[in-house]
Amino acid sequence: MAQADSLTTAPPEGGKSITLGEVTMIVVSLVGAIGALYIAANAYTAPYAFHMALFALAGLGGAIATLKRYKSRPAVIPQEIDGKPNYNYGPIKFTSIAAIFWGIAGFLVGLIVATELAFPDLSMGLSWLNFGRLRPLHTSAVIFAFGGNVLLATSFYAVQRTCRARLAGEIAPWFVVLGYNLFIVIAGTGYLLGITQGKEYAEPEWYSDLWLTIVWVAYLLVFLATLWKRKEPHIYVANWFTLAFIITIAMLHLGNNASVPVSIFSPKSYIVWSGVQDAMFQWWYGHNAVGFYLTAAFLAIMYYFVPKRAERPVYSYRLSIIHFWALIFMYIWAGPHHLHYTALPDWTQTLGMTFSIMLWMPSWGGMINGLMTLSGAWDKLRTDPVLRMLVVSVAFYGMSTFEGPLMSIKVVNSLSHYTDWTIGHVHSGALGWVGFVSFGALYCLIPWVYNKKLYSLKLVNWHFWIATIGIVLYISAMWVSGILQGLMWRAYTANGFLEYSFIETVEAMFPFYVIRAVGGGLFLVGALIMAFNFYKTIRSPEAASASEAALAPAE
Amino acid sequence: MVDHTHQDIDAATGTPTTGHEWDGIKELNTPLPRWWLWLFYACIVWAVGYWVFYPAIPLPGGHTPGILGWTSRGAVNGDVQELVRQRAEFVGKIEKASLQEISADPKLAEFARAYGRSAFGNNCAPCHGSGGQGAVGYPNLAGDRWLWGGSLDQIAATITHGARTGDPEGHDPAGAAGMPAWSKMGLDATQIEQVSDYVVALHNGAATDALPGKKIFAENCAACHGEDAKGNPEMGAPNLTSKSKWLYGSDKATIVQTVANGRAGQMPAWGAKLDPATIKSLAIFVHSLGGGK
Repeated sequence: MAQADSLTTAPPEGGKSITLGEVTMIVVSLVGAIGALYIAANAYTAPYAFHMALFALAGLGGAIATLKRYKSRPAVIPQEIDGKPNYNYGPIKFTSIAAIFWGIAGFLVGLIVATELAFPDLSMGLSWLNFGRLRPLHTSAVIFAFGGNVLLATSFYAVQRTCRARLAGEIAPWFVVLGYNLFIVIAGTGYLLGITQGKEYAEPEWYSDLWLTIVWVAYLLVFLATLWKRKEPHIYVANWFTLAFIITIAMLHLGNNASVPVSIFSPKSYIVWSGVQDAMFQWWYGHNAVGFYLTAAFLAIMYYFVPKRAERPVYSYRLSIIHFWALIFMYIWAGPHHLHYTALPDWTQTLGMTFSIMLWMPSWGGMINGLMTLSGAWDKLRTDPVLRMLVVSVAFYGMSTFEGPLMSIKVVNSLSHYTDWTIGHVHSGALGWVGFVSFGALYCLIPWVYNKKLYSLKLVNWHFWIATIGIVLYISAMWVSGILQGLMWRAYTANGFLEYSFIETVEAMFPFYVIRAVGGGLFLVGALIMAFNFYKTIRSPEAASASEAALAPAE
Repeated sequence: MVDHTHQDIDAATGTPTTGHEWDGIKELNTPLPRWWLWLFYACIVWAVGYWVFYPAIPLPGGHTPGILGWTSRGAVNGDVQELVRQRAEFVGKIEKASLQEISADPKLAEFARAYGRSAFGNNCAPCHGSGGQGAVGYPNLAGDRWLWGGSLDQIAATITHGARTGDPEGHDPAGAAGMPAWSKMGLDATQIEQVSDYVVALHNGAATDALPGKKIFAENCAACHGEDAKGNPEMGAPNLTSKSKWLYGSDKATIVQTVANGRAGQMPAWGAKLDPATIKSLAIFVHSLGGGK
């Protein structure tokens, strides 16, 4: 770092000096940009050259932004002001807005693919609009772009508040949130351009994976360093869940993306696992993406925002400890239930199924703690639609985590597997639990970090009901269609022949696909109402105090 | 870590808190709900019990088989055996009988149609449609026009050996005898227009000797399609006087394209994939769809 040291002694501007972090960021960004340009110039394919050019632009942008920030910032950013922590809300504001943007984009693409399933000619023969390319765009946009930004925003908020400490680092949190969104852009444009490694929920190719690894390690370090700085004697339960999420996702990501690139100039790579081991790795990853990303991390949201909004203590500290460790230990074994009745050895299938059953109560521990935190404050459900959204999300969580173990039982799975029942199950968790807990958290968070009063609780109420009806239409359509599909596939005639051909079962799904698309459309309408509400909130004048904004009564 | 000396009791529930507070959030020291704990234990006991009965624990030299001796391969073999047993009587008869004998025996024919219907749905429907109605480029099997012949034996032969896929016993194995591309075989654009007009007229039953295309047809097309344009199943040459829906379409533009660029549709040879009883049943089923000869 000789170069960095010489720069730190550069002529100070108004008594401030450039930090090691700022120098490192500028140098590494520029070196990275030059490297990316070199690869872009020699790339084997145009889409890959486009991606490398994006990386180069991002590197240049990163260097310029760091320099501008250095010029505009005060000489010292205080950790505390008047004895109160000087919380860092900038990256939280960015990720909150990004979450809303990506959420609406992801729901819209979901609506398009749902409509394509009912009316397949909708893609008009364009490869970019092909179901196979749009489907991962939808799943990644909602899980990683929408969900990921919500998690960054809420975890950075909750960790600061429950540690009574400013977020660690000044450049690092911004690197995490901007770097993560760069990953989203690379992944999403890659799907449309046909770049994929074909692993469900892990479609991005090797170079996107490497980039995400760097960003994720930075996220871990920022989070750990903030915990380290804490002024509270104990670490709050929400932060246990977030930490478990960050560490486990790192492990899953590295395991499932162990691949060898064809060349540094090619986007293509080959996975090192083969055959059934590859399938097992994939679903170890896939199921724990559900377990640690969509469950543990969103439980962290629940543990902070539900007691905060309800202004009630968490129901049971003991339950939080037991269900946390039980959840962490059990979840990691449950992946094989995605591979029932396949080439996976029988003993592995047994393991996946039995651990899924044992996982039922650890999952419900979170539901109990979420719902029972309302004891003494149930009346608030009538007046506060935000709290209602949070509580309904926990109810959906309870329903999905009962349905999951049920579907992991082999006899049930023999009916449900490969049918729309699975899609319905995923969406009761995704729309009902992850979606609603995220919306509820954003309705709290955005007024808090912007110090504004939420524009309209009435609109929250509209959002709640329209989205709830959408979810009910979606999941009931998929239950009926999935069970019908499963029964048609296994129906035999008296002569011992299959009653239905596959294409007849596809034809039978049509009305349910239409209902599903309508349900998804309603969910999107709800999200648009939310976006409008936030637009008006952020544009409104500042509230007198943040707590007043949080406690605004319903109309 | 409860502060026992100054216990903080939550007023609404009467439960003590743990004494910590994070950003205004406290935690109650509520004991684990009993029902929750017992259900958790019950799930664990059930899981351990399952490990005893089913294949479960990986050990050096193999996994524990479980006292029921159940395997998924064993289970699927059992199901397949059961189906084979259920179908055995009739399948045995179909294997021995000729196609004519099968269709003459009402009970056997009914079984063969059911068998064929099932096999058709999962093998043939993707191209020919679930009702055998066909699609552009994929012949309608429910009509009375047959490219390669519509008798039971001809249908069975087409299914077994296919067309233009290299099977030496199939139709036009090398793909050399398809509809030629006449734009490369000496017809100019005007001639193609004229002969196409004539073919449209044949289709509509309005062909007259006065049409200039008639002479071109006689010189070039009649060799396969016949002087009377009624086609020749030996060559896969369709009947051009038919008024029903045509394989590639009977409008002028499509016919011009067919004449100019040729056609050479393929049919896979299923003999390598399906067993003889299935193919016989398929032939019976397809023959029964509409216009079997």
